[in-house]
This record gives sequence, structure tokens and C-alpha cells, in this order.
Amino acid sequence: MSAVEAGGEGAGAPSQAIIQVTDLVTHYGDRQILKSVDFSVNRGEIMVVMGGSGSGKSTLLRHLLALEKATSGRIVVDGVDIGSASRKQLTELRKGIGVAFQGGALLSSMSVADNVKLPLRQHTRLNEDTIDIMARLKLELMNLSGCEDLMPAELSGGMLKRTGLARAVVMDPKLLFFDEPSAGLDPVTSVELDDLILKLREAVNITMVVVTHELESAFKIADRITVLFDGEIAKVGTPEEIRACDDERVQNMINRRPRKDPVDANKYLNRLTAGAR
Amino acid sequence: MYELSRHLHYQVLHLHGEVDLNNSPKLREQVLDILEQGQSLLVDFAALTYIDSSGVATLVEGLNVSKGKSLQFGIVGAGGSPLQVLQLTRLDQVFPLFAALDEIKE
Repeated sequence: MSAVEAGGEGAGAPSQAIIQVTDLVTHYGDRQILKSVDFSVNRGEIMVVMGGSGSGKSTLLRHLLALEKATSGRIVVDGVDIGSASRKQLTELRKGIGVAFQGGALLSSMSVADNVKLPLRQHTRLNEDTIDIMARLKLELMNLSGCEDLMPAELSGGMLKRTGLARAVVMDPKLLFFDEPSAGLDPVTSVELDDLILKLREAVNITMVVVTHELESAFKIADRITVLFDGEIAKVGTPEEIRACDDERVQNMINRRPRKDPVDANKYLNRLTAGAR
Repeated sequence: MYELSRHLHYQVLHLHGEVDLNNSPKLREQVLDILEQGQSLLVDFAALTYIDSSGVATLVEGLNVSKGKSLQFGIVGAGGSPLQVLQLTRLDQVFPLFAALDEIKE
């Protein structure tokens, strides 16, 4: 049962959007990646973005983080218009955003504790004793107590993810982006991570955007799911609405059916022979 | 962010509003100052609406210092989001918690 059904605190759809994307169009070179995407995330909700490889979900995430410039459209995150914001405004905005990258993105030359402390040392003037306790609190939360002095190379895949998550939330962000939390994890560790995500939201009402293609995880943690297909939004809805959706593309994804796009014979032939004389 | 009062032999730090990265250093200074003076401390959460990790870390440090000095340290009136934060980090099992000041006797 999702948090929406349960009516739990912090769940559901508070009316105020923390992310509002309007008519977003992006290109890589001549190739259009996102095609007029409208997308919003409400405060306190867990929005899962799903889609196959090349659907545009990672591109959307990079634009929400203001890491890339859009061709057109508008992205407003926590009241800041990303397209017109000054560098100072973006820096301030990013202080309130945590990002847990797919592979953890830890610095290999630093211990687990120093990796987690990094944002606090960079962005605050807190006393080192306070920073140390804050890092240990987050490591406790991620079941990584005792791992403070380990180096990233000594960690398992699950531990890397959890350390990355500890670092992402060490500043108590109001918004957390999580890229493929379950990728590469064994089923038990994956379930533990899902539980941790739900626990975090329950306690601190953090808004999360989780990019994943893991169906089980998505349906467990999401308040709402956005399904991207070939750079377009195929469907936005609660897990129940996604399951009940009659859009063939959505059903193919849920039921793990391979896509059966009609072949444009000429274009296909041109692609195959593009390098031939 | 806070006011001070006395209850029995305790100094009482009444927190109100939000404790976050911006004001927790000031809270830390006050907590450590009270403990340095050899006084036991109660931190009143009744009017506290939000406390972040830096605030929680400050109180953990305070509890640790108080133990080293054989002083008493407790939290009073925790509820809502601040209590949930303590529960999430299992610190509700570490700090002495009291529902109200009148629950605390000499």
C-alpha cells in the first residue's frame, strides 16, 4: 500500500509544488531528448520517474539540477527559475538539495566519514565536533556505524549506495534526488534501501525524486509515478493509476514486454548503412 | 530561538521556532556555557517546531559533556517533528525525555 492510500503524514499531494517543469524541450546536438515535458512534484511527496534506457529520465534529472541548459521551457525548483537564476541563487538552491548518484560518487581518496562530512565542511561554518556527530548520526541511520574509517574501495555496492545517501542527506535537504537506488543491489539490500527511503520521508518530510527502472521498488515507495517514453510523458499517476493505465507503452514497461515499434524500412536501412560508401 | 529559566537545580533552555544550521552554533555556545558552569540542563522542546541534524548534534554533544561532568541533561515536552527526528535516529532511547517540567523532581 502506498503512503497515499495509507493517508500517512507527509504523504499524498500537498497542494504546493516544489518542482514545476513546463514545456521542457532539450536536445543533444540535433537529437531531441525531451519533447515538451510538463512535470511537477509536490512538497513532501516521493515522485518516482520511470522509463527505459534512452527515455530521457536521466536528462530530466540533470536539468532539474541545473547541470544542463534546456532548448526551451521553464523549470522552477523551490521558487527559483533555473533558466534565469544567478549563479548565487543556484548555489543557495543547491544547498537545500541532496543528490545520491547511481554509483555513490564518493571520493576514493577520502574515508567514508570524510566523504559524508564534505558538504558540511564546504557549505557551513559548523564546529568540527558538530560536523563529526552529524556525520555519525547519518551513518547510524544508514546502518554504517563502524565504517567511518573505511575507504570507498573497501565497501560493497550496497554500502557505497548508503554512504552516498548519507552524504546526500547530511545537510538535511528539503529535496532529494536519487538516481537508480536499486541498481546493482541484491534483492534484500534493495528492500532495505526502499525502507530507508520511506523512513526518511516519514521522519523529516523530505521531498524525493527517485529515478529508477526497478518496478518493485517504484511501486513500493512512490506516491506518484511519472513514466517517460522516448522523451515524452506517457503517464503520471499513483501506483494504482499506473497499474490500471491502458497506455500500451506503460503496460509494456510494467509487464516487461519488449517494444514493438513499426520499422521504417528506409530509415532503418539508412542507419545501418550510414558508414558505408 | 531560546529563553532561559530555572527549575529546581536545573537551568532550562526553552527552544522555540526552528533550530537549523543558521542558529545551532549559538545554541551550542549556550549549552556548553551552562555545562561549563557546572549546571544541569533541561532543554524544553514544547515550542520547538523543527530541529535539524546540527541542532540534534549540538544536544548530543551537550549530553556527552554533561556525563563527563556528572551533570544531568534532559529533554522536556518533545512532540511532533522534533520527536520524530529523535525517534528516527533512536536518540529517544539515549536522552532522558520528560513530558513536562512538573514531572521532574529534585
